[in-house]
Parts: sequence; structure tokens; C-alpha cells
Amino acid sequence: MTLWQSLALNVLQLAFVVCLAPLFSGIAARWRERVQFKRGPSIWQPYRDLRKLFSKEDRSSESATWVARFAPYAVCLSPILVTLLIPVLTDFPLFGAFAGDMLAAGFILGIGGFFLTLAAVDTGIPYGAMGASRTRMVGFLAEPVLIVILFAVSFVANSTIPYIVQQQWVSPPAHFFSPAHVLVLVAFSMLIIAETGRLPVDNPAGHFELAMIDESKVLDFSGPSYALLKWGGAMKTTVLCIIFVNVLLAPWGLASSPAPTQLGIAIAAVFVKVVALLAALVVVETSLAKLRLFRIAEYLGAAFVVAVTAMIAAVLAP
Amino acid sequence: MTNAHPLITEVNALLCGFFVLSAFAMVVVRQIGACIGVFIAQSLLLAASAFVLGAQPLSWHLFAVGCVTLLSKPIVIPWLLRRLVPREIYTAREISQSLDVPTALLVALALALVGFALGARLVHAAPVSAPENVIVGFASLLIGALVLAVRREAVPQMLGILAMENAAFLAGIAIAPDFPLIAELAIAFDVPLLAFIVALLTRAVYRRVGSTAVGELSALREHAR
Repeated sequence: MTLWQSLALNVLQLAFVVCLAPLFSGIAARWRERVQFKRGPSIWQPYRDLRKLFSKEDRSSESATWVARFAPYAVCLSPILVTLLIPVLTDFPLFGAFAGDMLAAGFILGIGGFFLTLAAVDTGIPYGAMGASRTRMVGFLAEPVLIVILFAVSFVANSTIPYIVQQQWVSPPAHFFSPAHVLVLVAFSMLIIAETGRLPVDNPAGHFELAMIDESKVLDFSGPSYALLKWGGAMKTTVLCIIFVNVLLAPWGLASSPAPTQLGIAIAAVFVKVVALLAALVVVETSLAKLRLFRIAEYLGAAFVVAVTAMIAAVLAP
Repeated sequence: MTNAHPLITEVNALLCGFFVLSAFAMVVVRQIGACIGVFIAQSLLLAASAFVLGAQPLSWHLFAVGCVTLLSKPIVIPWLLRRLVPREIYTAREISQSLDVPTALLVALALALVGFALGARLVHAAPVSAPENVIVGFASLLIGALVLAVRREAVPQMLGILAMENAAFLAGIAIAPDFPLIAELAIAFDVPLLAFIVALLTRAVYRRVGSTAVGELSALREHAR
């Protein structure tokens, strides 16, 4: 495979994430309403929202500095960079696959979150600062979980490069079916729920500012920068889901050569896998009530314990 | 020791992963009704593991264990508890614990570490056909003991005992696949009887005292009508 082919595939997987992220969030929003026997918005609604927001004027508060202007770009760029590191469509490493491992992916996503938190404080509205401090609370409790999950993964696969981990779980299925793997899956799905601000932790559909965690940070953004924040959030969710399904949960169905038919199958397979995961998340979301704020520590503590148990099980595996 | 089909080992390992998860869930869950739900799930996992391990090499003893477990634990015990224990205990009541949930979880983690280490030693010394069962069984046994120690209500304490029993069984079916049938039958009658007695006691205590918090029943007092 030539360098050009590799670059073209990279562009393809970037396009997959960037273009389909709003669709995924639209599908999730639609299903969330359908489960409650409401009709729900069209699955194309996020695209319409983005078009409307991009054609509007960008207004920001007087106290806002360059941080608030820069944050939407950081939020939008960080998932795009992570896309280059993870197997989205192909199971052979592409250009940039070895530039960073899963920990680097976590930290790159963290950069976006960091700037968004700063920007929320920077805009000067009180809800922003409150949301920022809560996000940090969830964030610093989620961080050790991620790191311990990666320890467990690296004990099983001897690597934390996503492509190699994916290969490891495909080739001898014995690795796939181990207690450590089950525990890693559970801990990682709890982490995804916390990181993307979904229901047991945060209610994305809530309109009550005092109870918000994620949404209250973007209250003071408008126009194109709000569009970028929404798009970036959708891409972050998509990237996390893709890491989960392609590397950990169902590492099958990826293209093993750059042939167009293989790529077509891979695109369809990954789309179906992500949509299935979203459906599962919707079920989780509608069947659980939102946790009180100080119960979140317990929730992530449980995730941490599961992750540590996974690590122990991986180390002490017979 | 015979080598089982790889698929069997894998499915069994998967079940063991969920089993240790259910042991942790028993520590975390706050409501008694949910606690019983976790216990039912754990018993079903145990039965599934027995069936899977019994499939190859074919072992009727393990099938018997699976059937006995499937009948007594997920069906008879919850039915007994629902019938005998007053309804108020299940609804909207949070279990009182002598440790708060995060601390209990950390202790459970330490116990799981000890259990995994012990189990791994044991499996290393005496190889068995399903090593995951022994390791997970040891860890879950210790976590069940923690549930027993931490909970202050009668029903969850009993569920702690039963969780320990489940864990011991999980390890047992891997160590001794050819259990004498009498042991299975004894357990099949013993465990529902235990549930029956505890449930009756709980009912009586709840009628007289208005609470089933065992921790508060340590001092004697004259009960005025």
C-alpha cells in the first residue's frame, strides 16, 4: 500500500466521522423520543441546526477573551485528531496510527474539554462556571478509570495502540472471552456514559440550568461557534463509540485491504455497529433516573472498581 | 483432567466475568428488591456455568447441579421472600450499612484482589479444567462475606450468605465436577429452608419491633405492648 492510498483512506475515515456524527446524534435523539412514544425530531435535524447556526452572526459577551473564541475550534478539532489514531474503517494501520495510543486519544479529547471548561468560565455567566466545576468533578473521577482500563487492556494485548489491541482481540478468540474483557467492557461503557454526559450522570435533554452539567457550559455561545461546539460534541460521542465498538466490543467487519468493496462493507458494518450501540445507550438512558450530583462519585467509583478488577483478572489470568 | 472444547471454555469465562460483576453489584445496590434481583441474576449465571461445563466432558452431576440451582435459587427463594417478608421492606427503603457504599466498594476491591491472588495460586498448584471458576469463585466468596458483614438488614444479610454459597458452588463445580448427588440435594433443601427460616424470623421481628435492622437488635429490652 502506497503512502497516497494510506492518506486517501485517512481522508475517508475523517469524512466518515465528520459527516456522519450529526446523523448519529440525530438518530439517538429521535430514538430517545420514540422510546417514550413521542414522535421525535427528524434524524436530519442536527444538519438543519448546523446550517441555521452557521448562517447566523456570532455574538459573545463583553467579558469574553480569546479563550472563548478559540474553544469551539479546540472542541471541534480534538475528535478529528483522535480519528487519525483509531481504526475507524480498516484493520490495518494507516498513516498516523502509531502517532499515539489510546491514552493519547484520551488526552487529546481532554484538551477539547479543557478549553470548553475555561471558555465556560470565561464567558462570565454563573451557570457556565457551575457547569465547568461539575464537569471537572466528573472528569477527575473518570480519568483514573480510563487509565486503569488502559492498564488492563495493555496487560491483555501488550500494547495500547488501538490497531494492535483490535488485532489482539480478533485473532485468538480466547482473549476476547475472558473475565478481564467483560469487566473492561462494562467499565468502558460506564465511562462513555459519564464522558458524553448521558443520563445516569447528566440529562442532555434537561432545560433546568441548575441541574445541568454539560449543557450549561455552552449557554453563552451563539451562531457558528455554537455550531462548532455542537458538531464537536457529536464527533466526540461518535469517536468514543467507534473506539468502543471497533476496538473493544465487536472488533470484526473492518476492511482488511484497501479494495473498494471491502471499504463499502466496512462502512456499512461500522455504521450498523455504532447505531446498535446508540440503541443500547438509549435503552440505558430511558430506564435510569438521573443520579444526584454526589452519587456520581459513587457511580464512577463503581466503574473504577470494575476497571481495577479487570486489571487484576488480566494480570492473574491462568 | 480432560481438555474441553475451546468454545465452552470461552463462554464459561464470559459467564465468570459477569459473575464477579454481580458480586460487586450486591455490595453497591441499595434497595432490597434490587438486591434480590442481583441474587437471581447471579444464581442464573451459576446455573449457566454448570450447564456449560457439564456439556463437555458430559457430566450428569453438573447438569443436576444446574437444575437444582435453577429451581431453588432464582425461583423458590425469591418466591418465599416475597410471600413472607412484609411488603414495606421492599419498597422505597434504602438498606442501612455499617460502611458507606464507596468505602465498602474499596474494601470489596481489596478482597477481590486477595481472592484473585489466592485463586490463581491454587489453580497454579492444582490445575483444573475451568480455572476461571476457581479464581472468580474465591473473589466472589470474599465479597459475599463482606456483604454479610456490612449490611444491617436481615434480608440482605441472608442474601450475603447465599451469595457466598453461590460463589463456593462456582468454584466447586470446577474443582469437583463429579460431586456426589447427595451434596447437591442437601443444598437444594438446605438453602430454601434457610431462606424460609430467615424470612419467618424477619416477619416476626418486623411485626413486633417495626424494623429489621439487625444492628439495632443487639440490646435486650422489655417490649411493652
